[in-house]
Parts: sequence; structure tokens; C-alpha cells
Amino acid sequence: MSYTFQFNIIFAHLPELVHGALLSLLLALAGFWIGAPFALLLAAIRTSGPVWLKRIAGVYVIFVTNTPVLIHIYFLFFGLPELGIRLDKYWTVIAALVMATAAYGCEIMRGGFLSVRRSEMEAAETLGFSRFQTVLYVIVPHIMKTIYPALANYFIVLTLSTSMAMIIGVEELLGTAYNIASDNYRHLEAFIVAAGFYVVITFVASLSLALIGRWAFRVRAKIF
Amino acid sequence: MEQVLSQIPEFLSPANIRFLVQAMGVTIALTFFGCGLGFLLAFFVVFARQTPGHWALPLRAAAILFVETFRRIPFLVTIYLVLFGLAVIVKNASLFAIALIAICIYATAYSADIIRGGFESVPRQQIEAARAMNFGRWRTMIHVIIPQSWPVILPPAMVFMVAFVKDTALVSQLGVFELTFRGKELANQGFSAVLVYSTVALLYFVMSYPLTRFGQWLEKRLATPRSQRPQRKLR
Amino acid sequence: MPHLEVKDLSASYGDLKVLHGVDLSFEKGEVVALIGPSGSGKSTILRVLVGLTPCTGGDVILDGEPVRYGFAASVRAARDKMAIVFQQYNLFQNMDVMRNVTIAPVKIKGRPRAEAEADAARILARVGLADKCHAYPDELSGGQQQRVAIARALALKPEILLLDEVTSALDPELVNEVLDTIRDLARDGMTMLIVSHEMAFVREVASKVVMMDKGKVVEVGTPADIFDRPRSERAREFVGKILRH
Repeated sequence: MSYTFQFNIIFAHLPELVHGALLSLLLALAGFWIGAPFALLLAAIRTSGPVWLKRIAGVYVIFVTNTPVLIHIYFLFFGLPELGIRLDKYWTVIAALVMATAAYGCEIMRGGFLSVRRSEMEAAETLGFSRFQTVLYVIVPHIMKTIYPALANYFIVLTLSTSMAMIIGVEELLGTAYNIASDNYRHLEAFIVAAGFYVVITFVASLSLALIGRWAFRVRAKIF
Repeated sequence: MEQVLSQIPEFLSPANIRFLVQAMGVTIALTFFGCGLGFLLAFFVVFARQTPGHWALPLRAAAILFVETFRRIPFLVTIYLVLFGLAVIVKNASLFAIALIAICIYATAYSADIIRGGFESVPRQQIEAARAMNFGRWRTMIHVIIPQSWPVILPPAMVFMVAFVKDTALVSQLGVFELTFRGKELANQGFSAVLVYSTVALLYFVMSYPLTRFGQWLEKRLATPRSQRPQRKLR
Repeated sequence: MPHLEVKDLSASYGDLKVLHGVDLSFEKGEVVALIGPSGSGKSTILRVLVGLTPCTGGDVILDGEPVRYGFAASVRAARDKMAIVFQQYNLFQNMDVMRNVTIAPVKIKGRPRAEAEADAARILARVGLADKCHAYPDELSGGQQQRVAIARALALKPEILLLDEVTSALDPELVNEVLDTIRDLARDGMTMLIVSHEMAFVREVASKVVMMDKGKVVEVGTPADIFDRPRSERAREFVGKILRH
């Protein structure tokens, strides 16, 4: 095997890579926080909505969770213009991530909903809470502790899946690495460095989420 | 929209349908072989990771490093690493082989974690009983640990495989003729993207959903203790 | 020559020292009972003998040969001659009774399957479980499982049988069937080291009783010596407490 590694070329581009990493995080955060309310809505509908609405929500969730996110991205990026909707590449990715978060988040939250005891809901009802208020003030805090680890884990997965955005030209971490690689013909080094970035990002994210979990929700989660 | 619908007859020509079904076959082959091989290799990785003794420290470290690294980087990055990494060692590897290796690495790393969880769920006393009877580590794993860890290993393993059918879409970046790649080709031939990608999505659904349901059935089945399952015939 | 000799044995669980220089010795065919309060280290001795807990000092001499627990070959040889039955039976849940009993003879000792199964059938009949050959552990009662565990140990044709509080996890009604089995084995001349809380049984079956406390041997003697004429303060205290029941 005769290959001389030249990492210095990659290291010269570190600022761009950091920029890309931040964009990846931004996309993940946008996808998560915009999608979370939808997830909550869908979970509420699937748990206690009218039957016809339950069906529609069910079909959406099952369809989205059984199809690749890449196909969602392709559909939105190449298909929407045909239907007259023009989104730039960034919002396309965010839209795809929102779709996915709504679906996967729904399933996570539904698991949490199903763990709530009837008695709590009845108590809230007798105290005068409306359905919506019950959800917000009673159920959500209760189940946050249960679903927090699953949601935290999902966020990590989401962050890793932002790498798909490079396929439609977004200069997030992997996209930036790819561009640097193409310009300098140092593909292997570039991707090794990118991998290193992802490991660091994942580690930092897991650590932060675990700490937030312990402080805010008293969830004892593994850090590593 | 009418434009899209009007393309349907031409899109669903026998040639195209065969085209897509073949591509589905490639996707399924990649999933099963990649995940299957990865799952098998994962047992060795876990065995290596649990090897006791000072001399085995590098082995344990290597196993841990492998699993923890490849679980924390996106599959797409693994694909590119294998693509360019392999090119250094082997000159003309086929795209399918590269894809398979990348899938294997990814599946091995995730499966190793699942399997380790399964192994740790077997009560220590079972292992002690085996050791006291002079079972070596390998025999203990084969006869005692693995048979008792299936209920803990299989459900997450199924979930992973289902997720994996969808992840194979990323392999299209290599140019392997699986479903997503063929879809892109059809879209480039002029068919409406809405039509093409809806169909491709549907085809993925057809492959993924039965696996999801099977996984759910399996999970339920494994949750019932042996004595409550349909009785086996007495010999 | 004593069958098994333990000299100045020490053992720890991490930082906690559990055995402080234990001396023990017995001949072939002896039935030795280890009694004492919980935490006195009785089970630990058995675990050290069979290599499950590391010993931090002292010697174990089996049939005149010292056992070196740091060396795999020596440990294997020792395990060949000693079989242990645990408090929680520890039957392999994924195998039926026949396989539980025959797997070690076949896979480890290399005996032909047919011979091992015939032997197993005989042993299972002896412990009164001939009709349960193909049952699975979760279909059996605790007493039955423990008898299978004893059968499994006997199938290895050990020189010494180690019994670690084998009736402590059982419902009272099931204790007797296991004690009967052990009584038969004692009558047939099997060398046994028994850790037990069943004092009446110990008195009846043991040829030597060793009383332990806080990781040390407090007193050694025949059952009559220990129960009727305890010499040391601690032994007297213990016997007084247990015999008051």
C-alpha cells in the first residue's frame, strides 16, 4: 500500500469545515424544532383524535417512516418545482427533516402518551382543564422524562442525517469536505477529517443532551 | 398535475417496470447480504471486545473503537471512506463490492452494540454455571449466552434492518444500480419527478413495511415466555 | 492423604476482604458442613475452589496436587474433579433437562452422546425425575430444578461435590425432596462440602462441621461437638441463637 497521507492540506481548510459543521447543526436544529410541534400534534391526533383523522395521521406516519429520507429530499427538490413550488436547497432539506421529525417524533411521543395513566387525565379534566390544556400542562411534563432519551437519541440521528444535504449541493460538513476533496484530490484525508468532526459533534451533542436531561428532567442517561 | 398523470402510461411500461423491479432486487440483496454478514461479524467483534486479560487490551480497544466510531458517523461518510480507502488497497473494486463493504461495516458496528446489550442481559449465574463446568468462553457464548439473548437481540436487530432498507438509498451515490439510482435515471430521462419519486417511495414502502410488521410480530412473540407459547410435541 | 486441603486461604471482592486465612481439610468420603452467619464467607470458599472468585493468598491442595488458580490448565483440572450446585440452581434456561445434564459430559469431557444420555437417565431416576427428561427449567418447580442441578453435577462424575446453600431458595415443602437426595449421596460415599442453614439436616448427615464467622474458621468438630458442646464463645453464641427456633 503506497499512499502518503497529507492531512495538512485539509487542516488548512479547517475554518470552512467548522462553518459546514455549524450549518449541519443549524439544519438539524431547524428540522427538529419546527418538526416537534407537528410531531406533538400528530401524536395527539393518533392517540385521541376522531377516527378519520387518526387514519390520515396514521397513513402519513407509516408512509414517512417506511421510506428513505433521501427520497423525500429528491421528491421535494425535484418534484415541487413541477407543482409550482420553489424552495431553495436549504429549505428543501429542512422541509424533509421536518417531515421526518413529525413522523418519528410522533411515534416517540405516542409511546409517552400511552404511558400516562387515565387517572391523571381525569383529574385534570375535573379541575377544569380543556383537552388542549391537559396536554400542555399535565401530560407533556409527565412524559418528558420518559421520552427524553428517545428524543435525544433521535436528535443525534437527525444531525448525522443532515449529511444527505450534500447530495443536493448544500455546503454543510460533508458537502464542504467533498468540495475540499475535489479541489485538492485528497479525498481520503478529507473524509477522515469529516468523520472526525462528526464523532466530535456526536460526542458533544450526547454529552450536552445527557447533562440537560439530568438537570432539566432528572433523566439519568448514559453519556457515552 | 394533469401533466404528471398523463405520463403514467408511458412510465409504467413493461420495460420500466422490469427496470424498477430489478433495482428493488439489488436493494434487497444489499440489505440482506450486508446486514446478514454484518450481524454475523458483529458476534466476533463482541467476543473480541469481551476477551479478558491484559494481553487482550489492544484487541478490546480495537473492537470498542471500531463500534463507537462507525456508529457515530453518517452512513454516507462511511460510504465515501470505503470508496476512497479501498481504492488505496485494491485497484479496481466493483461498485457493488464497495457498497457491500460499506454496508457491512455499518451493520457490524450497529449490530455489535445490539448484541452486546443482548449478552449483558443474560444473568451472570448462567455464565458462572457454565464456567464452573469448564466451558470455555467460546462454548459458553455458543451454548448458553447466544440462545438466551435472542429475545433481547432480535427486536432491535429487526428495527435496524428495516431502517437499513431505507439507508441503501444512499448507496446510489456510488452509482450502484439500486432503486434510488434507477429512479434518478428515469427522472433524468424526462419523466416527471413527482411521478418517479412517488413511485420509488411506494416501492420502498412495499419493501420496508412488511419487515416492520414482521419485526413487531417477532417482538410480541419473543416477549411471551416459553411455557406460554404453543407447546412443542414431547419426544 | 486428605482429599482436599485448604491452607490459609484469603479472598476479596474488590476492596472488601471476605476470607482471612481459612484452613480446612477433609478425607475421601467425608461430608463436611460449613455453617455460620451470612457474610461469613462460606459460599466464597466454594466459589474460590471452583475458580469463580479469585483467591488473594493461601493454597488449595487437591489429591496432593496444589491448584494454581492463575493458570487455566490447573483450574480446568480442578474443575474436572469438583462439581458445584448453586443456590439458584442456575440451570441453562434454553435447554431441556436431558440436555442440561448431558451437555457438559458430551461437549467438555467428550463422552459419546448415547452413553451420556443413558447415564443421565440413570442419574435422573436416582434423583426422582425420570419422567421429566424433556421438560424445560421454567416448567419445573424449584425443588425439581435443584434436583436437576444436582443430577447435572453428578453427571460429571466429580470426586467432590460442592453444595452452596442448595435449599435456601426453595419453598419449605420442596426442601425435603432435595435433602433426601443429598442424604442418599452421602450414604453412597460421595465426598461433599455442604454450605447450609438446615441445622437438623447438617447434624444428621455431616461427618464434620466447620463453623465460620467474618471470614475465619471459628471451630471445627463433629456435629455433636459443635451443637452440643461448642467450645468457643462465638460458636456458643451462634448455636444458642439457631437452636432456639
